Amino acid sequence: MRFPDKTATLHDAIAEIGDGATIMLGGFGVPGTPFTLIAELVRQGQTGLTIIKNDANETGMGVDHLLAAGQVRRLITTHIGLNPRAIGLMNEGRLEVEFCAQGILAERIRAGGAGLAAIVTDIGLGTELAAGKQHVIIGGRDGVVETALRADFALLHAEVADPFGNLCYAATARNFNPLMATAAGRVIAETEALGPLGTLEPGRVHTPGPFVDRVVPLDALTEEYAVVRR
Amino acid sequence: MPLSDARARLLARAARDIAPGMVVNLGIGLPTRVIDHLPPAFPVCLHSENGIAGIGPTLGYDAADRNLIDAGGAYVSTLPGTSYFDSATSFALVRGGRLDLTMLGAFEVSARGDLANWKIPGLFTPGIGGGMELAQKARQVTVLTTHLDRKGKSKIVPECTLPLTAQACVNRIITDMAVIDVTGDGLILRELRAGLTVGEVIAATSAPLTVPDGTLPEF
Repeated sequence: MRFPDKTATLHDAIAEIGDGATIMLGGFGVPGTPFTLIAELVRQGQTGLTIIKNDANETGMGVDHLLAAGQVRRLITTHIGLNPRAIGLMNEGRLEVEFCAQGILAERIRAGGAGLAAIVTDIGLGTELAAGKQHVIIGGRDGVVETALRADFALLHAEVADPFGNLCYAATARNFNPLMATAAGRVIAETEALGPLGTLEPGRVHTPGPFVDRVVPLDALTEEYAVVRR
Repeated sequence: MPLSDARARLLARAARDIAPGMVVNLGIGLPTRVIDHLPPAFPVCLHSENGIAGIGPTLGYDAADRNLIDAGGAYVSTLPGTSYFDSATSFALVRGGRLDLTMLGAFEVSARGDLANWKIPGLFTPGIGGGMELAQKARQVTVLTTHLDRKGKSKIVPECTLPLTAQACVNRIITDMAVIDVTGDGLILRELRAGLTVGEVIAATSAPLTVPDGTLPEF
């Protein structure tokens, strides 16, 4: 028995994305952000995008390029404090931003990936993040309904992959990547290293191959992946 | 007393609230620096929201691993026993009651323990990050802050005016002037920074403070 080979060129993998798509982007700061896939998305120029990502990266990096090119209509995120452009566009009303508590964003994605409609949580009760959301009482306790999130595409960054799409992430580059891998119609992973089937010992796989549709091996890492000297 | 000295005392005092064996999350900014005031090899597990338990010393750029940061973006290191995990697991640790203590910054803390530390409408809207869950779910929530804001106004207030991070979540406030506990009976002054009087702290605090009988410990 053999597994399908899902390796693809950078161009072909991103060319599947159309205007108006909803896209999850892995990463928390630099680690785990698929900078090369994002750069190709900027080059191809799809517009009207909804982006779901923990943060908006920093000036001149990742999501910032998409914002600078005017490709993003809406951003679902937890924190944009390191991106003045994102804050500026939001304040000018040119970018719709939905803030979500970080672990609740993770659970909304996890619910979407697991085929659930929503989660119920007490996080945010009594704050403006709970305003306008459906409230329910479960076991006598007040809760907020947080709807599940799914996307048309998830773009991920792996340290090691095989052609079937089994993925491993490095250190704190894991973050949202394995959650997003479960919650999108098409999952595209860039990888720093691509080995033959069997490269990854089964017990050490972080994201199992069946979740992944395209694997894009990276030739070299651009400066965006490097240590940021602030 | 110079501000930097007062801040060092605040940090040293805060470090004394970390007990051996705790799992602790130190918020971005002032709280992160509490680590510098713990003895070397102190048995504590530091957690960060981006998916690490067991943070080791911060590294300079030349020694840094590009994939190993804390939630504030500082380059950190591992220790024997460190683990990495995804963002859902990271917050299961927080919301599930495994986080013994978090130390957070504040714009305002109310007499009831309400915390505002994420948004100043019209001026500063960076987003909430993981702060809401830390404030709501850590077993012990300690605020570390200067007692006064840059304009000299008390940050400890009868009612918060800024958007809340969480309601009635703060257990203790450690400032450059005092240690104050938040209780069902309101704010209780516990300790004074050396050289200050009870009257000076009361004058600098816009929320009502209860002062116990007897001499207060100094830090």
